[in-house]
Amino acid sequence: MNLVIEFVVASLILLGAAFALLGSVGLARLPDFFTRLHGPTKATTLGVGAMVLASAVYFTATQQGFSLHEIAVMVFLFITAPVSAHLLAKAALHRSAPECSEEIDDAGK
Amino acid sequence: MLNFAIEIGFVLIGIAVLLNLWRLLRGPDITDRILALDTLNINAIALLVLFGIRAASSAYFEAALILAAMGFVATVALCKFLLRGDIIE
Repeated sequence: MNLVIEFVVASLILLGAAFALLGSVGLARLPDFFTRLHGPTKATTLGVGAMVLASAVYFTATQQGFSLHEIAVMVFLFITAPVSAHLLAKAALHRSAPECSEEIDDAGK
Repeated sequence: MLNFAIEIGFVLIGIAVLLNLWRLLRGPDITDRILALDTLNINAIALLVLFGIRAASSAYFEAALILAAMGFVATVALCKFLLRGDIIE
């Protein structure tokens, strides 16, 4: 396998794993449910997207032909992640989940 | 280089799975637990994809696709149950 392709696959794997870890740290550390919802739905989707892209590049390079069925996983995750996050937020609003009381001053004063 | 990156990826996602399990056990409300299960499912997909690269076999992607579909349906069903008290009305 080409050294450039190996470098691209390795850096995509590291990027994806770092983003997945970041999303889970956000899930574990943030103060209330809505901020916790914000963390993994973005970061983990991007992380798994980078990782699936890495495997698409790897199998396109090692096997003959163009490897497209990994892209199906990525498209499916990109479509379904906002839908499930929206439903989770609706369920939490329905149950009136407690919000974090810290107000952020947007004027910076 | 690629094997080293895959090992580091396994370690990072393993730590992420442990953090998800902590939130799943601790989570003050049931919505936190559903969110932790959803994130755990997505991290399991990442682990399967990494394992497929390491084993150099493309048979793991069907499993990843099925896991993605089942996880989405499970999350939607749990949220629907919380919202309406019923899944299929």
